[in-house]
Amino acid sequence: MNAFAHGLKRNGPAWLIVGPFAIVLAFPFYWMVITAFKETTNLYDLTKFPFWWSGGLPQTTANVSDLFHHTDYVKWLENTAFVGVVVVAITLVLAMPAGYALARLSGRWGQGMGVGIFLTYLVPPTLLFLPLSRVVSTLHLHDSLWSLVLVYPSFTVPFATWLLMGFFKTIPQELEDAAMMDGCSRIKALTRVVFPISLPGILTVVIFSFSLVVNEFVYAITFISSSSNRMLSVGVPTELIRGDLVLWGAIMAATLIPAIPLALLYNAFLNRFIAGFTGGAFR
Amino acid sequence: MPKPRRARRFADLFEQRRFLAPALIAPAVLFIALLVGGPFVLAIYLSFTDATAGSLTGHWVGLHNFIAEWDNQIFRRALWNTFLFTVVSQVIVLFAAGILAHALIRPFRGKWFLRFLILLPWAAPISLGAIGWLWIFDSLYSVVNWTLVHTHTVGAACAVFRIDGCSALNPPQWLGNATLAKVSIITVHTWRIIPFATVIFLAGIASIPNEVHDAAAVDGATGLRKFWYVSLPLQIPIATVALLFGIVFTATDMTVTYVLTHGGPFNSSHVITTWAFNTGIESGSLGEGAAVSLYLLPVLAFVAVGMLVFARRAEVT
Repeated sequence: MNAFAHGLKRNGPAWLIVGPFAIVLAFPFYWMVITAFKETTNLYDLTKFPFWWSGGLPQTTANVSDLFHHTDYVKWLENTAFVGVVVVAITLVLAMPAGYALARLSGRWGQGMGVGIFLTYLVPPTLLFLPLSRVVSTLHLHDSLWSLVLVYPSFTVPFATWLLMGFFKTIPQELEDAAMMDGCSRIKALTRVVFPISLPGILTVVIFSFSLVVNEFVYAITFISSSSNRMLSVGVPTELIRGDLVLWGAIMAATLIPAIPLALLYNAFLNRFIAGFTGGAFR
Repeated sequence: MPKPRRARRFADLFEQRRFLAPALIAPAVLFIALLVGGPFVLAIYLSFTDATAGSLTGHWVGLHNFIAEWDNQIFRRALWNTFLFTVVSQVIVLFAAGILAHALIRPFRGKWFLRFLILLPWAAPISLGAIGWLWIFDSLYSVVNWTLVHTHTVGAACAVFRIDGCSALNPPQWLGNATLAKVSIITVHTWRIIPFATVIFLAGIASIPNEVHDAAAVDGATGLRKFWYVSLPLQIPIATVALLFGIVFTATDMTVTYVLTHGGPFNSSHVITTWAFNTGIESGSLGEGAAVSLYLLPVLAFVAVGMLVFARRAEVT
């Protein structure tokens, strides 16, 4: 009892402040879980208590199987994974060398260039989607996933370069010097010493760049028009919500499936992300 | 023996650096210039033409698009909404994130779990999070309304937002009423930015060196006085970063408004971005749509200048 009282005194205030926020912020996801596994008839029954499954568990997995068998959901998952992987690969090829060079370039030039690349990350898709739609149709890439592969690095590269610059700055220059003393060329020192040590940082960049791709909505809705070529972020809000028959159970399952793994990854890599994000220049 | 070798190594390094650095940076910079700079210039060009989605060429119309939009009631409202949504949501975000970050900085039991819950809105793709809210704000089966009805607080809720004629039998239409639609959009923006701002605040608080706390303790500063004179001033730089990002994320976002209301009811909740999409893509007036989206430039310029001033200050200290 004493230990309990002690624990309450220690942890109580923090729970009292953070708890309500956590409940409000997480409620939509709780509601998604409840909805995703509820019988459709219960969903539309206002006399029943809505915050739990009435009639007990197990309720139903019909919504989830509907989603996988009667919609293009699996196709959207595949499209998103494909675009994500290709874009992340392009991003790494372009951003790793640039981030390294900017981290080692001291003085006005390097600093200015770093901030300049960072500022391009602030230029939003909503400013560029109209001219880019013209470019995409000129290149005959309309309704092709390759249009997204071409355009997405425009925001992942500045973002990744900035993060990587922050990570590479934390790696002591002496390590490369030592490797070069032992006869490595600078490029070799880079690929054999700097990049392997930065693996956690690079992994962070991979995860957050990938999540930017999953998140993107404006380009995906502008450039892609057929259901089977949709990305996840657009397919769910456009193709699953049609007319009066809205399959809320299936839709909530569709949002949970990508959200939960992403949230777990975010949580695991958050501290690294902050280190890279604020380590660039804002320190 | 070591001396000349050292000298040669330095010479090599200099030679390599001189050529290597540009070679390493060039691909990324070229790519960005081509895919951000190019379209940006093209956007400005298009905004001065009457280009449509169908025809490939447009005629030069000067400032006509900008003036026509400026005189358009829907655009005016969209401009105001963009400002309103951004300012209101960011004020709430700053307060909430400030409180949350201070509570989360100390270790306590279950912190990992609470932090996971708080991060959820930021980790989930925006459009999917907005879909969740679409269901929460449903016209018939809104869980908010169920709660209001069953706690007998419908009247109070309607009074707060000054909605006439709503009752338990005619509960608030969260996305169908012009005022409530705005409230809903602001709610979702606030909801999704709070985790991000909290994370940045946490980084800011953690970066305050322990010596500062020790010095404050030696000088006898405790509690509120310490917060006001020591902790708060030290957090202003990082709070500014969070705020500037929050402004960009909210003002340039199209997803939340598009998914929740599509600009409705009766075009009352449009923001610049959804109106640009409506004009440029859905109506096919590419030139005019480009002009609409370029009205975002002042916001971006403001944020960019803010970031630059801030980066310089961070450099000095």
